[in-house]
This record gives sequence, structure tokens and C-alpha cells, in this order.
Amino acid sequence: MARKLLLENAHIEGIHTYDVYRKNGGYRSVEKTLKTMSPEDVVEEVKKSGLRGRGGAGFPTGMKWSFIAKPDGVPRHLLCNADESEPGTFKDRYLMEKIPHLLIEGMIVSSFALGANHSYIYIRGEYMYVLHILEKAIAEAYANGWLGKNIMGSGFDLDLSVSPGAGAYICGEETALIESLEGKRGNPRMKPPFPAVKGLWQRPTVVNNVETIAAVVPIVNEGGDAYAQIGIGRSTGTKLISAGGNINKPGVYEIEMNISVEEFIYSDTYCGGIKNGKKLKACVPGGSSVPILPHYLVCKTAAGQDRLMTYESLADGGFAAGSMLGSGGFIVYDEDQCIVRNTWNFTRFYHHESCGQCSPCREGTGWMEKVLHRLEYGHGKMEDIDLLWDIQRKIEGNTICPLGDAAAWPVAAAIRHFREEFEWHVKEPKACMERNYGLVAEKIFEPATA
Amino acid sequence: MAEQTEKINVTIDGKTIAVDPGTTILNAARAIGGEVVPPAMCYYSSLKGSGGKCRTCLVEVNKGSEKDPRPMPKLVASCSTPVMDGMEVKNKTSERVNDARHGVVEFLLINHPLDCPICDQAGECHLQDLAFEHGLEKTRYEFKRRTFDKIDIGEYIKLHMTRCILCYRCVYTADQLTNQRDHGVMKRGDAAEISTYIQNALDNDFIGNVIDVCPVGALTDKTFRFRSRVWYTKPMNAHRDCKKCSGKAVAWMIGDEIARITARKDQFGEVKEFICNECRFDKKEKTDWTIEGPRHIDRHSVISANKYEEPIPEHTPLLNKT
Repeated sequence: MARKLLLENAHIEGIHTYDVYRKNGGYRSVEKTLKTMSPEDVVEEVKKSGLRGRGGAGFPTGMKWSFIAKPDGVPRHLLCNADESEPGTFKDRYLMEKIPHLLIEGMIVSSFALGANHSYIYIRGEYMYVLHILEKAIAEAYANGWLGKNIMGSGFDLDLSVSPGAGAYICGEETALIESLEGKRGNPRMKPPFPAVKGLWQRPTVVNNVETIAAVVPIVNEGGDAYAQIGIGRSTGTKLISAGGNINKPGVYEIEMNISVEEFIYSDTYCGGIKNGKKLKACVPGGSSVPILPHYLVCKTAAGQDRLMTYESLADGGFAAGSMLGSGGFIVYDEDQCIVRNTWNFTRFYHHESCGQCSPCREGTGWMEKVLHRLEYGHGKMEDIDLLWDIQRKIEGNTICPLGDAAAWPVAAAIRHFREEFEWHVKEPKACMERNYGLVAEKIFEPATA
Repeated sequence: MAEQTEKINVTIDGKTIAVDPGTTILNAARAIGGEVVPPAMCYYSSLKGSGGKCRTCLVEVNKGSEKDPRPMPKLVASCSTPVMDGMEVKNKTSERVNDARHGVVEFLLINHPLDCPICDQAGECHLQDLAFEHGLEKTRYEFKRRTFDKIDIGEYIKLHMTRCILCYRCVYTADQLTNQRDHGVMKRGDAAEISTYIQNALDNDFIGNVIDVCPVGALTDKTFRFRSRVWYTKPMNAHRDCKKCSGKAVAWMIGDEIARITARKDQFGEVKEFICNECRFDKKEKTDWTIEGPRHIDRHSVISANKYEEPIPEHTPLLNKT
């Protein structure tokens, strides 16, 4: 059985309350940090651990922390990005819902390391009930002296606030999150300046994912070196994976980053194989933004090696034959699923969530959605496939924030690996409709008037 | 302080210029002038915070700086990227840039109504110019275009959101002119629209300038709407004593009548001195103004493409007299 660092105690009855959490070793890392360590020591431990951002980009956390500017007399801020809105990803919700104190503990230690005296958890508006859980936990932490003035007599002050978003995916982008937290429209900012220099209210700011901040707790407790022992190469530690799709056991799993994708999908410890004994068709390993992998590239890389659940191995082969670990939203498709329909669904999401600030994303995502809708519902043309390719190529890399890339990559990968299925939709629209919609196909197949 | 005033060198399309540190690539290119200047639909030098949105000014940086000569992996928005010493930039000479710009123009046009024949901005429209230079002959977009109702924002200004390319220039103008946020963007994605707070009138002495900063025909002057095509009017430099503004404007004349008043735009289409509403909307009599003489207009637009490429020799002195 693999080691769990974050979810080890998640099953304990009442762990969301302070008393149970404390009895099970909670807030040890705060005691250790405030009594025996300096902020630089904490940053050093995190650097040693090799922890990488769990929100999707996988940037080394210790390095990100060391970039924060420290001008005299200017307050610094730590923001926790709990705006988890990527389709397929639901790990942070689980963590905050089950063990909210772990996040608070991580926030205290991380804020201490960064010298932040007022930190915020920005949570998506749809998680309102999680917000209530968090607020209750924060009140308990205040009551027991873990937050507020002069924590543990160390002279370190910390206030922690939770702020809800209003239901926009784009506010998960760090600069849009900052804008939203400032009370403005959640449009991503132009970079540079980076948030580490000018972030929230033009002050130096670090934005970290929920899981990243929670992982700081075991790193401080057990030491960075011990954490770095787990995993392979530059993918150290454990990772929460939210598995979904056509599998027997969907859910949130904490894995050590050394198991293979094959083990993750087929082992009973994790996903438990494909549902109804069907065959694997494709897999999106890191949330809807990352390229989709066809069945022959899921368990093996293009070079024939076993594919592992690590940042490097999943990206092996680049975009031509690989994908990304992303935020850990692991979606599995069986042989009955339609890739065109799936791509359309993803694109519809990005169209809806584009902030509308820069032209390629604002106009391009809507255009792709319309073309994909036409293909899916049997009115497509052969040229549409090349048109889609051209549109995604002109969005990718030309936008202010990564949402443009996130919208372009799934389309590119779907066409790259499943072009035949797209062509089949053009050539045999009726057969496609029957497969996707069964008996109702006849009705849907009526030519659209609009 | 010697370091701060030291100039740094940047090369754009093979032409080198020394500029102050902190200058953006776009402004360095404008200092060189001519062909190397990237088009800009949203950047406006006098509006704080503008730029970076339209993505037409994307350029390729094939050498980051003297210290770090690596090329930048992505195309960068030249209006918001500062130059570094020894930076080498490719604008028109880069295939990638031209390709991306084609894409951006196509994106800007797919939801644009293309109603130039009835649009007051035609002839001085930046989108028209851009499409002429970089656009395709035919659209590849086969779906319904988004439309909005026209609304009046204030007594003199008509907002025709369907034509808008969401450059945010008017938002920044209104924001930097007024104390409260009463003009902004609502909704998101391709449903985003410029609007005022519950369709309030914009009430400010200088608000008429949103018409001049608009690169397309989304904001138009109601005192001039449908009165004349701009190329039938003669631009004349004019001034008057005004208590609120500099009083320096351009009077667009039909015969002896003033059809409309705008602020003076430079060769990049930017207004340097904003004029007040009184000058713009109320003073339409010739007696209100001292006419200085014909104004030289940079004739690069699509309307004049076939006619004015070379100034007609006998008229050259007149055209250049500003």
C-alpha cells in the first residue's frame, strides 16, 4: 500500500473539527516552524523537497517562493488558489471538505516562510458549502491561537480570510484571481510585472494551489529530503489524482509519483479497470486542458517504455505523442465514447469561460465550438477539420493568459490522434448519430434550421 | 544617475535605434517609423493600462538581449513588452508574425458586421486598414454573427456594440476622465459588451473623446451620424478660445459648413490633446472657429489606397501644409 501524506487521516471520523485534527498530530508543523525555524529555513526545506506546483503548470514551489520581492515596508501576501474549475478535477474540494485544517496549517507555515501577515483563500463560488466548512475551521484555529496576533508567542501575526469567486473559470489564472480578489472584473493581467513583484494591491504576492500548500505540512514535519525520496526524478512526493470517466472506481486517490499509468487504471487499489469490461479508447490525464492520449499511448510512451504517473513521463513525446500531468484530473474513455463529442464539450466550456479580453481566445473559442457542433451533429464538411486545426494554431501562444492554449490543445490533440473519427463524422453522419444518441438519433438528425 | 539616462539599442526588422530603458517595442518601432511599425488596435499611448488585448501588434523576438541572447519562445505583444539592450525584433520580416496577424484579423472580423458601406467610421477605420493589409478576401466563418441593440450613451454618443472589437480604449478613457466607474465591460467571452451602468448617460465634459479613441465605428458622434462620408469632407486645422480645453481641433468641412469637429490625431491615429464636449458638439458654426488651413491626413487607409499612394506633384505643397 502506497504511503499517503495528505489524505492519511481523511477517513477519521470528525477530522474536520479542530479537536480530532489536533489529536491526530495536527498543527505540529506550525509548532516546529515557529519555534525552531526561520522563514529562510522553511523555503530551503521546500526547495529541497522538490515540490512542484500542483495546480497544473508544475513550477517548482521553492523557486517561486524565492522570487518574491521584499521591498521594505511593503506587506506581502500569500493567496491560496482554491478556484478549482478545470473539468475533470475535483481533488481540492475533497481535501478542503475532509481536512480543512490541513490547508489552514499549510497556510500558516507558508505565510510564515513568505513573511505574509494577511493571507487569503480564494475559493470558487460553486464551493459555497466548502467555504462554510473552511470558515468554521478558521474560527476554530483563531479560538485556539493558531491565527491572529503573536501566534504561539513567536511574534508572528497572521490573518486568514476566505473569499469566494463568482463562478468564473478564468479566475483560477493567478493574475485574474488577484483582480477578482481586488473586487474587479476577473481579467488576466499582462505580465510582466509578475505577481511576485506586483500582485495583490501592487504588493508582492505568491499564488499557490490548495494541494501545494497542504503538501508543505508533511514537508516541514518530515523534512524536505524525506519528501524528495518519494517519487521519481523531478516528480517528487505524492499527488492527488481525481479519477473519473468510464472506470469502476472513480474518486480522489493519493499516489506516490512512481506508479505506472497501467497500474493506476487497472489496479483495484485505484481505478479498478474500465467499467463493464470495455476496452480503453483514450485518456485525458490532467484535466480538460491537456492533450488527449489515444489508447496505444496511454500505458506506453512512443518509445515503448512504460508510462508513469509523473510530470516527465506523461509529457514524454511532447505534444505529438505525450500529454501533461496538469492538475490531475484523470479522465478515462471507453470504446463507446465519441471523441468529437468530447472535444466539442470541452470547447463549449472554454468558449463559455473565455474572459473576452484578447481577440484570438474571445472569437476563436466560439468559432471552434460552432464548427465542432456542426461536425458532431452531422452537418460537417471535410474542410472543417483543417479549419479547426488552423483556428487552434492561431489561438495557441497568441493570447494573454494560458486559457487560449488550454482551449487549443485538446482540439489539436483530438485531431492529431483521432482524425479518422472526425472524418467518419463527415462521411457517415447518420451512423455517428446512431452510435452517440441511439434511438433518438433520427430526431436529432433533422437538419438544423438555425 | 548616469545609468538611467543611458540609451539602449534595439533592432527592429534590421533597423537599429537607441531608446530609453523601459520603452516598449512598439514605441521603439514608432520612433523608427515607416514600415517597421506594428499595427495597434487597442494600445493608446496616452491611456494608462491600455494595450495587450487585440494581439495585432505581436512581434517575434529572435534575440532577447545582449546578456541573454535566447529568442523568446512565443510571439510577444510589442505594446507591452519593454526593450532590452541588444534586442532583435522581427515584425514584417517574420513569417510567424504575419501568420499570427492574419489570424488575429480574421478573429476580429468574424463577428464584425462588415457594414462599412453604412458605417460612419469607414475611411478612417483602423480595422478597415488592418483588414486591407492583413485580411483574407473571403471569410471562412459560416455562422450567424453576434448582434446587439444600438444604445444611446449620453446626448451625443451612439454605441453600436455589434461593431465593437473590445479594445477597452473607451473604458480606460472614461475611467481616467471620471471619478467613478460608470462605463465598463459586462459579460464575458464573445458575449462581452461595452456598457454604462444601467444604460446611464455618460456625463462628463470630455466624454466625447471616447468617439475619437474608438478604432472602429462602435462609438459615433450623433451630431454627424449619416451626414456625410468622411472622404467628402475637408479636414481643416481650426482653433478657438476655450476655457476647458486647448481649443485645438480639426473641423471637417462640407463647402463652407462645418460637418463635425474632432480632436487632432497624429500619424498613428492617436489624439494627444483631448477636446471638450462643447468644442466637439456645440460649436458647429464657422464663426466659432479660426480656420488655420488644410490638415495633412496620413493617407494610408483603404479608401485612399488606389488614389493617394504618391501625392500628386502639383498638390504636394498643399497636402504637406499643416
